[in-house]
Amino acid sequence: MSEITQEQVTHLANLARIALTPEEIVSLTSELGSIMDHVATVAEVATPDVPATSHPIPLQNVFRDDVVGQTLTAEEALAGAPDHDGSRFRVTAILGEEQ
Amino acid sequence: MTSDLTRLTADALASKLASKEVSSVEATQAHLDRIAAVEGAVHAFLHVASDSALAEAADIDRRRAAGEQLHPLAGVPIAIKDVIVTKGMPTTSGSKILEGWVPPYDATVMTKLRAAGLVSLGKTNMDEFAMGSSTEHSAYGPTHNPWDLERIPGGSGGGSAAAVAAFEAPFALGSDTGGSIRQPAHVTGTVGLKPTYGGVSRYGAIALASSLDQIGPVSRTVLDSALLHDVIGGHDPRDSTSLTDVWPSFAEAVRNADVAGLRIGVIKELQGDGFQPGVMERFREALALLEAAGAIITEVELPSVEHAIAAYYLIMPAEASSNLAKFDSVRFGLRVNPKGGGTVEDVMSATREQGFGAETKRRIILGTYALSAGYYDAYYGSAQKVRTLVQRDFAAAFANADVLVSPTAPTTAFKLGEKTGNPLSMYLNDIATIPANLAGIPGISVPAGLAAEDGLPVGIQFLAPAREDARLYGVAAALEALLEQKWGHTLLSQAPDLSSSEMNATDEGAV
Repeated sequence: MSEITQEQVTHLANLARIALTPEEIVSLTSELGSIMDHVATVAEVATPDVPATSHPIPLQNVFRDDVVGQTLTAEEALAGAPDHDGSRFRVTAILGEEQ
Repeated sequence: MTSDLTRLTADALASKLASKEVSSVEATQAHLDRIAAVEGAVHAFLHVASDSALAEAADIDRRRAAGEQLHPLAGVPIAIKDVIVTKGMPTTSGSKILEGWVPPYDATVMTKLRAAGLVSLGKTNMDEFAMGSSTEHSAYGPTHNPWDLERIPGGSGGGSAAAVAAFEAPFALGSDTGGSIRQPAHVTGTVGLKPTYGGVSRYGAIALASSLDQIGPVSRTVLDSALLHDVIGGHDPRDSTSLTDVWPSFAEAVRNADVAGLRIGVIKELQGDGFQPGVMERFREALALLEAAGAIITEVELPSVEHAIAAYYLIMPAEASSNLAKFDSVRFGLRVNPKGGGTVEDVMSATREQGFGAETKRRIILGTYALSAGYYDAYYGSAQKVRTLVQRDFAAAFANADVLVSPTAPTTAFKLGEKTGNPLSMYLNDIATIPANLAGIPGISVPAGLAAEDGLPVGIQFLAPAREDARLYGVAAALEALLEQKWGHTLLSQAPDLSSSEMNATDEGAV
């Protein structure tokens, strides 16, 4: 069952935006294999006639009136930012050269 | 005099405050002194808010002196798990990626605590983003169990449980995604309750798994948990999963505790193999006491429980991988610029590599895998079906029982470092607590005594149908009274005096 490869973990790390080191990829590949061996047993009892539950207490969509409320000021929202220009978050280039 | 104040329950301290026998400044200072004395050994706190706590306490004293009508708990100190965002107090969720972050807003539970006049002592240690059962995954070092400093205090909320057990705070807030309130209570000889999903607002609780997370009380007595639950519970328009129910007074449920005629269903699958003899011994003894007090003990089966851990370790990482995408180095927290610069995505990947610990990375990758194309139906989809099966099992069991009961965890506190090398063995430890989160039902852990073989605390867990939290307070309070009558003392009065270890820590300069 544990057919997880280092290539797969590398791909997952890329999807999850975590620059894993080669050592981390090796150890995660083996750990994920043993964890997946265990958790894959859910498929044995999850027969087609059983409906899925996404939420523990059944609820309908919850709406509120579209009214202006008290929100954070720009200053408060930027207070914890790693970098900003006083009114906006500042980031590096969105696109790389090859894009 | 001041050291005695830390030994009082929140309820007893509240009475002394109301009668002006003690001031909130005195009570707060006593707890800050205790924190200073034992933190070198216990490390329950990530941040101690001495100045703001004393200022809040002085404000309560001033308002009381002016004759203002205050909440019965006004002026009582409390500790806050670091998963809860707090204006003016750093909030990290146990992670380096949020080191030093001071939130610009309060979680709803904090707003309610402040409105009631409770005094925040500080933020308690936890496994990073609440991922763990031992606090060993905290980026700031583990918390030590006050009963044996070599052992785990449970997790993820080991800091809140240890703070309460070590008399650093009368009670605390915790959060429970798969047992993070109840399992620390079990290993530290304290009380902890996970409310019905939606019973307490999650607004401002840094999300681990949104369909499982729930904030709840941590304390030394059942009454103190109930008093705290009465403050934090109730509908919140800022949390769309918050229930609109009107809740009964849980403190009243404690004061009216009576088990005569109560049907208690013993969960067949949560005993026997893998459960430590001393844990089972205290469990059976507690059941005998309840039966002698008039409870009707029956056995119930939850056949799907054997698949609950598997389902949990798919659903929780899947939701976590999505929730933790917000840590992107743009709006708050750490930013790491890779050598030679790079795009936003390069910066994000370098930041998350450096800012997340090993367990957080493991679960994000696991969740990303479970949600990825081609595997979604087999893993995440199947796990959601198991969730339905677990709910059906509970519904059938509650047709024949008012509450269910099991040991809270299979063993007493294990040694720090014992399970860190094997993630799966750590996960399997959560077998008894996870089913309640999958089903959304409430659960409480109360002390049942000490295991004969190691002298460490053992907890007993009660579960009730959704919305029936009051039943848990009733049965737990009844058992607490029966056990304390039998022992002639509280369990925590038997905990080691930390003054010798505090001396050592001071000698070594570890404070």
